[in-house]
Amino acid sequence: MTPFTTLSGTAAPLPEENVDTDIIFPARFLLITARAGLGRYAFHDRRFDAQGAEIAGFVLNRAPWRDAPILLAGANFGSGSSREQAVWALLGQGITCVIAPSFGEIFYGNCFRNGVLPIRLPTALVTALTERATAGERFAIDLEAQTLRVGDDPPIAFEVGAEQRLALLNGWDETALILNASSDDITAFEARQKTLQPWLYDMGASR
Amino acid sequence: MPSTLYDKLWDSHLVADLPGGEALLYIDRHLVHEVSSPQAFQALRDAGRRVRRPETHLAVADHAVPTRARGGTIADPLASAQVAELEANAAAFDVPYRRLDGEGQGIVHVIGPEAGFTLPGITLVCGDSHTTTHGAFGALAFGIGASECGTVMAAQCLKQTRAKTMRVELTGTLSPHVTAKDVALALIARIGGLGAAGHAVEYIGPAVSAMSMAARMTLCNMTIEAGGRIGLVAPDETTFAFLKGRAMAPQGAPWDQAVAYWRTLGSDPEAVFDKSVTLDLGEIAPQVSWGTAPDDSAPITARVPDPTTLADPSARAKMEKALAYMGLSAGTALSGIAIDRVFIGSCTNGRIEDLRAAAAIVAGRRVAPGVTAIVVPGSTATKHQAEHEGLDAVFLAAGFEWRHAGCSMCVAMNDDRLLPGERCASTSNRNFEGRQGPGGCTHLMSPAMAAAAGIAGHLVDVRTLEPAR
Ligand code: SF4
Repeated sequence: MTPFTTLSGTAAPLPEENVDTDIIFPARFLLITARAGLGRYAFHDRRFDAQGAEIAGFVLNRAPWRDAPILLAGANFGSGSSREQAVWALLGQGITCVIAPSFGEIFYGNCFRNGVLPIRLPTALVTALTERATAGERFAIDLEAQTLRVGDDPPIAFEVGAEQRLALLNGWDETALILNASSDDITAFEARQKTLQPWLYDMGASR
Repeated sequence: MPSTLYDKLWDSHLVADLPGGEALLYIDRHLVHEVSSPQAFQALRDAGRRVRRPETHLAVADHAVPTRARGGTIADPLASAQVAELEANAAAFDVPYRRLDGEGQGIVHVIGPEAGFTLPGITLVCGDSHTTTHGAFGALAFGIGASECGTVMAAQCLKQTRAKTMRVELTGTLSPHVTAKDVALALIARIGGLGAAGHAVEYIGPAVSAMSMAARMTLCNMTIEAGGRIGLVAPDETTFAFLKGRAMAPQGAPWDQAVAYWRTLGSDPEAVFDKSVTLDLGEIAPQVSWGTAPDDSAPITARVPDPTTLADPSARAKMEKALAYMGLSAGTALSGIAIDRVFIGSCTNGRIEDLRAAAAIVAGRRVAPGVTAIVVPGSTATKHQAEHEGLDAVFLAAGFEWRHAGCSMCVAMNDDRLLPGERCASTSNRNFEGRQGPGGCTHLMSPAMAAAAGIAGHLVDVRTLEPAR
């Protein structure tokens, strides 16, 4: 996973609530089994018409947000289906930070596993930032310091979980972390559970 | 200290507390499907890892599979490749796999319970948000992302943050033709699409005790549509009766030992929940959704709501957008909205009880001219059971198509989907924009209501349907 430390660039405003993972990554593209190269499917049905031509009004089709590394969204962004393709598609599109008042829970967790920083900020602040983003101003994010700056304004603080922040800063792989740190604990748990609930270790005659 | 069912499940699976407030939770069972697993298997390969306990996983193809025919090759090359990849991965990593043309195939959330793979007191995950379904058995079951699927395979554990708890008490009795689906839609409409966010929801009360496992599964299935990743019902005699004798459930002395443990799993009477809501089932009418989120639901006797009555500008804009997408205007009676399609199926309402309820409405009647209606059993075993009961003949005689098991028109990633502008009475769980096909309009409802809509040609109160000839 690519570490996330600092980021600066334009922020694409998408001031809409409940942008679910079906909108971020339409279900029919879930047939693709790769995780790379999904960028062109991000917001596909908002970005392209039935003939595959760009829809001029959509924010990611407009300057200066075509290559915006940041997305500024409404409440409950990434709700709905658990598809991690939603995060991979954002990554493929070059978006590595999403700012919103709230997120779908599974999407929020998926971000940290893929080097994407989701930032929760109060609704009023997101609304104010949307104006700045719409004006094409540049945003600068420093994860180490947990701050967001717009133009020359004083920095805005944001919160992320301590572990999640470390994982992003270092680009850690979650599975490797668990296997390295907790293998003995897992083995001990299994031994204990096998004594208390032996039926969980016998999967039945037919399967 | 008195504890909730959620606390008990959490505590009994805690491997270690981690710095920063997270915990490492042991995962007992993992359901694997073709869409969220390829990348997880690839991650194992890339890192040179093996599956820690292959027997605790169960793989099946459901999302991408065609439902018109079984046994031949899949016409769509991408779907064909995806199913082949699942089969090859399962073989390579020694994970049990349910063949597409076998009796054990079906939607993950239908076959897990059917096989007795889903059990009370366990943790169960799947790369699918409707994993909430299995909470109906008193299992701590939740949806995860594809990366987490890889973590579970390699480490049999996941990092989790403890959820808050929410108690949903159901009292009273359901009126005729009102079902668990109506309860779910009414609840979501009342508490909102984020009403249970961050919470593990436990359904409690005499009305829950009286519900069948199918009804409990429908209720837990829809919990994610209120933002809750976990829905729970404490296991009881109904649960045990459902599971006894199932292929992967314990047998003999281990069964007795398991039941003794499962009996301890209810929330203690004094247990404190972070949030509480009570619903009187006697007051619930059959529900339909009118918008583009499940909380946009109302009784069938109501009218399409009017955005201009909303004071909050963002709520008003949201409703205007939903109505524009759905092609509906404020004030229109919900009963009377013409439909093009009917879909009866999905992990929400594709079980035998659901098919029976729909067949009871359909019997002796005909699908309205111009309406295409399909019934897609949730599993191959359910399909065969329905055929054994003669339900297929009832549907076919009425002009419904009778399909093979799969997710089908719940999700637009197989051959079954809406065309732009088509309107569907659907028993699935999501009415998001484009969910059933780009530009398609979905109205969520119960199997009986969807069947009635197919007969009438429009949304209709099933309680007012003319008697069958
Ligand atoms: S039936 Fe629908 S909701 Fe259920 S698992 Fe399949 S696609 Fe998901």
